[in-house]
Amino acid sequence: MKQTEAVKNYEATKKAIGYVPRQKAKARDYKRIGFKSGLEVHQQLKTKSKLFCRCPAGIYHADDEFDAEVIRHMRPTLSELGEYDGTALMEFKTRKNITYRLNNHSACTYEVDDTPPFHIDEEALKIAIEISLLSKLNIVGEVHITRKQYLDGSIPTGFQRTAILGVEGELQLKKKKVRLIQLSIEEDSCREISDIGHERIYKTDRLGMPLIETVTHPDMETPDELAEAAEYIRFLNRSTGKVRTGMGAGREDVNVSCARGSRVEIKGVAHNKWIPELSHNEAFRQWALLNIRKLIKDRGLQANNWKISHREIDFSMPELLAPQLREKLDQGLKIVAINIPKFNGLMSHFMQPGHTFAHELIHRLKVIACIERPNMTHSEDLNPLLSEDDFTRITKWLKAGKKDAQIILWGPENDIPTALETIEERLLMAFIGVPEETRKSFADGTTIFERVLPGSDRMYPDTDSAPIPLSVEFIDSLGKNLPMDIAERFKQMKGWGIPEDTWKYLLSKNMIPLIESICDDFGYTHKFIGSFLGHTFKNIEGKRERHKNFSLTKIYRLFRYIKERELVPGIAKFMMPVIYEFPDMQFSSVLTSIHFRKRSKAEIMAPVEFLYEKFREHTSEPDDISAINWLMGQIHSQALGNVKLAELSTDIQRKVKQENQSHE
Amino acid sequence: MSDDIFQGYIGEALEILKRFSVRVWGQAEIHTTRGTFDGTVLPRSENDDDQHIVLKIATGYNIGIDIVTIKKMVETGYQKANYKIPEKEFPYSDDKPNVKLFGTGGTIASRLDYRTGAVIPAFSPGELYGAVPELADICNIDTEKLFAVFSENMGPDQYKILAKSIGKEIANGADGIVIGHGTDTLHHTAAALSYMVQDSPIPIILVGSQRSSDRPSSDAALNLIHASYAAGHGDIAETLVCMFGPTSDEYGFLHRGTRVRKMHSSYRSTFRTIGDTPAATVTREGLGIIKQQYKHRRKDRAAKIIPTFNEKVTMLYYYPHMQGDIIDTLVDTGYKGIIIVGTGLGHVNKELYPALERARDKGVSVFMTLQTIWGYAHMFVYDTGRDMMALGVVPLGNMLPEVAWVKLGWTLGQTEDPEEIKKIMLTPINDDITEREPYNGYLVYQGGVPEVEGFVRKFRK
Repeated sequence: MKQTEAVKNYEATKKAIGYVPRQKAKARDYKRIGFKSGLEVHQQLKTKSKLFCRCPAGIYHADDEFDAEVIRHMRPTLSELGEYDGTALMEFKTRKNITYRLNNHSACTYEVDDTPPFHIDEEALKIAIEISLLSKLNIVGEVHITRKQYLDGSIPTGFQRTAILGVEGELQLKKKKVRLIQLSIEEDSCREISDIGHERIYKTDRLGMPLIETVTHPDMETPDELAEAAEYIRFLNRSTGKVRTGMGAGREDVNVSCARGSRVEIKGVAHNKWIPELSHNEAFRQWALLNIRKLIKDRGLQANNWKISHREIDFSMPELLAPQLREKLDQGLKIVAINIPKFNGLMSHFMQPGHTFAHELIHRLKVIACIERPNMTHSEDLNPLLSEDDFTRITKWLKAGKKDAQIILWGPENDIPTALETIEERLLMAFIGVPEETRKSFADGTTIFERVLPGSDRMYPDTDSAPIPLSVEFIDSLGKNLPMDIAERFKQMKGWGIPEDTWKYLLSKNMIPLIESICDDFGYTHKFIGSFLGHTFKNIEGKRERHKNFSLTKIYRLFRYIKERELVPGIAKFMMPVIYEFPDMQFSSVLTSIHFRKRSKAEIMAPVEFLYEKFREHTSEPDDISAINWLMGQIHSQALGNVKLAELSTDIQRKVKQENQSHE
Repeated sequence: MSDDIFQGYIGEALEILKRFSVRVWGQAEIHTTRGTFDGTVLPRSENDDDQHIVLKIATGYNIGIDIVTIKKMVETGYQKANYKIPEKEFPYSDDKPNVKLFGTGGTIASRLDYRTGAVIPAFSPGELYGAVPELADICNIDTEKLFAVFSENMGPDQYKILAKSIGKEIANGADGIVIGHGTDTLHHTAAALSYMVQDSPIPIILVGSQRSSDRPSSDAALNLIHASYAAGHGDIAETLVCMFGPTSDEYGFLHRGTRVRKMHSSYRSTFRTIGDTPAATVTREGLGIIKQQYKHRRKDRAAKIIPTFNEKVTMLYYYPHMQGDIIDTLVDTGYKGIIIVGTGLGHVNKELYPALERARDKGVSVFMTLQTIWGYAHMFVYDTGRDMMALGVVPLGNMLPEVAWVKLGWTLGQTEDPEEIKKIMLTPINDDITEREPYNGYLVYQGGVPEVEGFVRKFRK
């Protein structure tokens, strides 16, 4: 297929499945494709220690800050039927050497599985139960630590220690209720440094930090609902003030399917704002795969009598070796040309914006066969590696039919058998529809294959830990000091008259308790403080550098100071930027730095008469309005914090009126 | 209803299951003051309390329900678990060595039953092949389960049976022996077999694992692969312990059975050769000989099997101000041999002298080993040492305390003549006492020192 034809085909198939960009998508589009989605929200807890050892939590290191390295391999364990399960088999195929980097400040022998777990961190357990209660979950009577297998190496034991704290809860969104399946407490995994060929490197600083996972039922029917639910859960977690914030502290796994599709899990989405685009594209990717299944069926292909064929290209075939291919052989790689019967037009079938069906193969080759990209080209490449003539020579040599598609792949000799299996396996999956898998997300809203979705058959009890009983009294005591429900908070902010554009910010920063204490203690209105935080403070935060000693309690102290000194609260707007950058400065010095001096109203108003005289002297046609404005401009800086500007303006108006009368 | 269907439940929890007719393996709907919970009722560990019922919920997790909160329970279904490990036929081939694997009770390989969480041991050749298929590339394996005991319950009776069974396999023409063993007393058994089986023509390899084989990062499979290689292909025809060298999945060490000790409660690389270097490293590609002098593999089938043991032997860990009545009691209750684990170069306090004298006069053999683990007993250096030797306490050079205990039991199984005992104890067997300690025999690095940190960072652990 010519490049131009491939591009045309990509556009045509995009249209054929009825893809609409996210911005133009309507609720009916999601209904048409049967969009269905659920969330797994991960949230780190703000504790001093890690969950099962007494290493400090929240200490992070650069990639090369390590004291030792340990190498491990993960072996699949046999599952119920004596077969290796999907993920296990895949990970074993990849034969990865997994290297863990250890830093003495953040990891001990527990992290590398050379010491059994210590007792669960009490602080983490309490926070997690509080959040479970806030999520209206049924709290268990005894916590059983369970092992959940992960064979990718992200946890050196090969499993994550995790435990359910509550099941079956619910959240009240604006227009619907979302049901929760469960909330678990678990240890966080390693952070990946690199994954190249057969070598994967992790660092262990984050490993073992306490995390909760809130899992919803697949109740969300549009990307917007999904985003709303994600925000809600984030606000709920943060409302306790006992969770970590910042990069990576909250991460979402998004489960998406379309009608007749499969559950696909988009892993580790770091920003909630990415969720709508990612879930939108995933649902349409599945929709596109279902279209490919239909096309395969229409062509009369059947999995049991359909087979790909392949031939190796080596130095003995100079006529086939374009320089781009010869280069691969020179690097010591093997090249294999594959013919795919009756697949013409499917390789360039639309999948996601900028991705064709061939990308499904490319990314599996990287993950499963460990062949770095670029690892293949094909007959419908949108950016072809070979000229049309060069490719045609290979097609002819393969004795390919007109309706066939071809792949040329290259890689280290040892990886070629796995690569061929991987290609065939994925092509056969296209006959069935949408493979269950986990996918990695990108900021542009697209995803790529990460690994086969593990089954539920990977949980077993942790024989290293005893069950932890939760007495009725203990649970009840934790339920006594819970923050207010998030849905209630929305109502409350509306009632206070706080501008709606500040709500999300105030909730995500958990500022409502601060608003409440400032207003309760010093008598300011909720509307004023809410606007101050949601507009003024947010603005400062976006523009200035936050000093490490700055904390929100400084804002509380600022208003206490304003109250005690009987300043006008509007002064806060001018003091705040200074405090944000220099939180250790005394408030009196802050005032000096903004040239504030305590003055009475009489003192401030005293020069008005004189100034008005000046104004009239220098102005040819003085009118009252410009006079008032000019006067305000002359004295407002002295008035700040001393007199409310509205009050000052009224006084000046009166004064101008008086002066005018006395002159007449 | 028989109690069997309430596996592990006792007291009040058992009562409530009975009251609502809900069985273990029953699908249950439990209504509580904290909401409704659905799942399969699992057996409960008998050592756990009687206040909770264990449930496996649909997502695969286990939870416990506080019985105080239970209002009502309904059994909605029932499916009993069925443990069975799939067997695959072990592919035997004529060009591979024949290795005999003895089981003593520890789990070498296993499979998980996710539904129940039970770990099912894999032991028959077919089961092993299912769990560690790489074994078939190394050797032909035949298995025999000798006992089913935990490592801590291994003892003289088991040592004797093992020794005889090994003798039989040597005669039968095996190319190598592997013994699967729990790790806690692996080195005691290794020492026992070093004495009970001498001049073996083939390798005898003891192997265990520090992380159970149901864990994906277990050391079990790699240890078994290394052990099978050392048994089937290795040239060192001695009793050896095969366990991880570093904690990383890199290579195994082969340690002499008389010089090895478990040195960490949980590390993978817990076994270390003390006072010497290990005999060799091992990977699935081959052995890397470290000690150049060793007993080579032979074609003949001659081996001395000496399965004797007198159980009236004990070990006494000395502490300051220890009182003589302890030794008196041992003597009075019929102990024939005492291994003292003394301080420094091999010392105890003067308060013990009368008791030691009495022991000697009653014909009890007393030997001295060291708490320092590393180094030799040198009882000529200080007066106290010379005094004690005069009281009949015999220093055992650099023999390890546990090894000395095993050797004394084995020796007393052959003779009760104090002179003869002393002679056997002091005659080195399989390097239990070495003539010289190499400069790299004692290596305990200390973290924090820049050179050590640099080494660790560069060469991993």
